[in-house]
Parts: sequence; structure tokens; C-alpha cells
Amino acid sequence: MSLQISRPQNRGSLLVDSVSKKHGAVPVLEEVSLEVRPGEFVTLLGPSGCGKTTLLRLVAGLDEVDVGRIVISGNDVTSMKPHLRPVHTVFQSYALFPHLTVFENVAFGLRIRDRPEAEIGSRVSRVLSAVHLEGLDSRTPSEISGGQGQRVALARALVLEPDILLLDEPLAALDAQLRSAMRSELVQLQRSLGITFVLVTHDLEEAIECSSRIAVMREGRIAQFAEPEAIFEHPASVYVARLVGMENILEGRTTGMGASGARVDLGFTQIEVPGVSPETVVKIGLHGEHIALSRTGGGLRGTIVDVRYLGEATRCQVRVGESLLVANVSPKEVVKAGDVVSLDIDPSCWVALAP
Amino acid sequence: MKTRRLLVPAFATIIVLFAAPQAMLLSLTGAGPVWFRLLDPLYAAIFWRSVLMALGTTLSTLLIGFPVAWALVRAVPERFRRAFLLLITLPLWTSVLVKLYAWVFLLRSGGLLSQWLAFFGSDSPSLLYTTTAVAIGQLYVELPYMILPVYASLERIDRSLIDAAHDLGASSVTTLARVVIPIASPGIVAGCVLVFVPSLGSVLVPDLLGGAKTAWVGTLITSQFGAARDPALGSAMAFTLSVVTLGAFLLFGRFLAKAQE
Repeated sequence: MSLQISRPQNRGSLLVDSVSKKHGAVPVLEEVSLEVRPGEFVTLLGPSGCGKTTLLRLVAGLDEVDVGRIVISGNDVTSMKPHLRPVHTVFQSYALFPHLTVFENVAFGLRIRDRPEAEIGSRVSRVLSAVHLEGLDSRTPSEISGGQGQRVALARALVLEPDILLLDEPLAALDAQLRSAMRSELVQLQRSLGITFVLVTHDLEEAIECSSRIAVMREGRIAQFAEPEAIFEHPASVYVARLVGMENILEGRTTGMGASGARVDLGFTQIEVPGVSPETVVKIGLHGEHIALSRTGGGLRGTIVDVRYLGEATRCQVRVGESLLVANVSPKEVVKAGDVVSLDIDPSCWVALAP
Repeated sequence: MKTRRLLVPAFATIIVLFAAPQAMLLSLTGAGPVWFRLLDPLYAAIFWRSVLMALGTTLSTLLIGFPVAWALVRAVPERFRRAFLLLITLPLWTSVLVKLYAWVFLLRSGGLLSQWLAFFGSDSPSLLYTTTAVAIGQLYVELPYMILPVYASLERIDRSLIDAAHDLGASSVTTLARVVIPIASPGIVAGCVLVFVPSLGSVLVPDLLGGAKTAWVGTLITSQFGAARDPALGSAMAFTLSVVTLGAFLLFGRFLAKAQE
């Protein structure tokens, strides 16, 4: 990619240091801390109202921090005006200037910086071709599609070679097919440019596919900050487990320390959750994918009470003792309600959840 | 066919309120010599004075009205905006005559304004019956007609556009110049037209605050139908004024369309 630029050591790093923010009397962010390394693709994931967009706006400087510090590329920018910060934003609504052509929209930041005309021309056309928008230069925002508008917004921010690119639900307005295409394009773009991306979304799939790390947010705090695999397979709390669609969240009773971790009595079986001390365990989680059903075999046995075909998998509700477990099995397997089956669960897949 | 029928009310309005009165004016002029009398340099001087006053009024209402409208959009919380708009339109509920008489008391010798001026060392002059008084009166009367269309166009600007401009490196001033004003330009043009046209032919303000000391286009035309008893000349003047104003705006519109391309 021709947009590649050399950058000093910590260019593109972001430090959010115990930042709090209130809207009126309502706390929106409470002591949020986040450290992003240069070149990372970090996603802020959470439902609407969790403070993720506010956090993004604080980094951009569009809202002011009440308490705490924001450090970008090693410089404290907490009190710096937005137009001086080395970050640029792709807005959810794209916010394209309706009175300017595609070319002039992209050239906007360069014109403000009084770059020479020849440089503007070459940089704009380079970035327009990087986002596959050749030939639309003279259209106005009302004459292009939503997907194209999205690319213009991206190009307009990227042409300024920001240390960090902030993306506020950039794909939310696109239809499902376009969204998944744009998703992989975003990832490719980010990898080839090496620019730090911070993306805000409520879409789990988007977060998992795009990010090097995901910060799950809940009510103005960061609930968990980890790699996508860790978030998905080892959610730290019931909240994160629900967010990543963990089907089985069970009550358990700790019965002391076993050989590898806390021993938990689930009623229908005894398990050991590795690496956890007994006091911290409140609930136990398990992905439906980690339960295998078979007609023969020993161990845990249960009765299928409901079967639902979901396309990629078949979801079975299985009654085991007093409990109801959900197992996602391959759609090739022939199962029906009333079948008595044995459940095969890899013991390492049990997850201890904080509240 | 159906869509053409929809145009009937619009055309009817134009014919009844514009074309027919103009035709009546034309019929009053009679043919011939009255048109040549318009060429009198005295009238040209009066015309230019009125044009300058109307331009000045337009400019001053814009310079005051735009910041007011912008502050209303940016600084006033949405739930209070209605109240503020009401305050701005409140003067329109009262007769212009009443308001201008109030201004007479403010401006005359010993009035509030001259008292202030005296306080700052000036020798308590009367502002009444001066060109300054006319300018102040015009500004006061026309200001709401500037604020309202400008406010309407500013209010429709998506906030995220302003955020985006800041985000891309534009300071507040640059954002105003490169984003806000261009997008609001239809409202600004509308406000200018709404202020300029009535200002050019204004009668009441020059009469009451100018004391009929200086002739303006509006007062000149009015006097032809009254004191001067020369309706033919008055009609010719009124008709010419309409044509010149219309022509000027057509040219201006062309120019704007070109500039936007």
C-alpha cells in the first residue's frame, strides 16, 4: 500500500487513564482505563448507552474529559482542541459535507492545512483508489450509495494519515452483505496501513472478526479487555458471557479446592474449574458448542426436550437431572425431542463467571 | 395535465398580487413624456441613496442576525429555543407605527439614547430626523426577517458535520467559513432578499424617524400620489423600481448559481 508511512516508536499508541465523564448529573464513564499499542485494532463493544461512543468522542476531543488523562502517541492531549489532535474519526452518519464533491470532501483536511494543490491532487486520488472509489470524484454525497459514502468518510479521515483512526459504528447503516464485505476490507486496510484503529460497535461478530483486542463495556466501565478468543471462550463475567452468546449459565455451589482448581457442584455433576479459587466462583458458563451428544456412551445422561434448526447448527435443549442445558450440535446429526442421549463435555471448557 | 392544474393557485396569486397592480401602474403613467422625467439626475441620486441604505440595512441585519441565529442553534438548549424564537418574533406582533413612535422617544433630544451619548461626553444631540435614525429604525424593523430564515437553515445543519470539520482539523472560524455558511447559504440569501426589497421601498421609517428631511425612493413615490399630485410620475417610478429590483435579483441569482458550480 502506497499510503505506508514511517512512524516513530509510540506513534499510534493510546492511553486512557482513569477517565470519568458525566452528562449533567448522569455518569457516562467511570474511571475507564485503556491502553492501546501502536498498530492495534481495538474494538469497544457494548450495548447502546454503555459509554462506548462517549469514550471515542473523548479521544477525538469532541467532548471534554471531566477527570483523568488521555495520552495519544505519548503526548497528553487531555486539554487539546479536537482540530489539533492527531486522530480522525469516521462518524456513524458519515457526516459528509453535502455542499462538497467526493473529491473536495476528501481534500477538506488537506485544504485546511494549506497543502499545495499538486500534493492534494495526488494524495486524494491515491486514497480514493485505496478505498476503491476511483471515478466518483465529482459526485456529491447525495449522488452516491451508502456503501460509497462509508468509503468517502474513511478516505477523508485516512488521507490525513492520523496516528489513530476512530470509527463510530461505521458499518451499522449498511445491509448485511455489504457489511461483511466492508468488514474484511477494513481489516485489510488496517493491516496494510499499520494505523491504530479504535472501532465502536454493538455487533459481536464485527468485533470478533476485526479486532486484535476487544474492550467489552458495561454501564460506563470496561468489563473485560482481551483478545477475541479470550472474550469468547473465557468471558470473565455473566454479563460478558451473555454478550458473547454463551448458552449455558448455571448456578453452582463451591465445595472447596480440587487438584487443578475450584470444585463446583452443579447438581447433576461435579466439575473442577482450573485456575480459580473457590471464593470467586458465582456462576458457571459453558458454550453450547462444547457439548457433544451421543446415543450410546456412559457418563452424563439426559433427555432432549426441544430441537431447533438454526442453519449453522441445531440447538437442543437437554434436561439433565433438575437442569436444562443447551447444546449446539452439527445439523447433520439426527436428533429429536424425547431422545435419551449422553453428554460429552470437555472439562476444560467450563468457565467461572463473576457476576 | 393534473400537475399543471396544481400551479393555478400560484399563478392566480402572482397575477392578482403582482401582475395586475403593475399593469394598473402602467396604465396610470399614460404614454410618453413621464418616462423621460425619470432621467432627472436628482432622482438618480435619491435612488442610489436608497440602494445604499437598503444594502447597509441588509448587511447590518446579517452581521447581527447571523451570530444571533448561530448562538441560538449552538448555545441555547433545544427546550428553550421556542421561547427565544418567540422573543425574536414578538416585535412583529405590534404595529410598525407604534414601534416607530417608541423609537421617536428613544432617539429625540433628551431621549434615552441622547442621554447616554451625553453621558459619554457628547453634547446631548438629537438623533431624531437624521440618516442615522433611519438606519437604526430600518435595522430594528427588518432584523427578525433576517434572523428567522438564517436560523431555519442553521438549525437544519447536522451537528455531526460540525464535529467532522473540527475532527478533520478545522478551527471554529474555519468551520464557520467552510462548512456552516456554505450550507446555510440558501437561508442567508433568503434573509437578504427579505430584508433588501422592503428596505429599498421603505416609507414609514424615513417618514417618522427621518422626518421627511431627506428624500428616499419610498417617500418620493408616496409623495407623487399625495402632496405632489403627480400619479403618472409616481406610477412610472414605482414600476421602474419593481423592474429594476426584479432584474437585479435575477442577475444576482444567476451569479449565485454560477458561483456554486
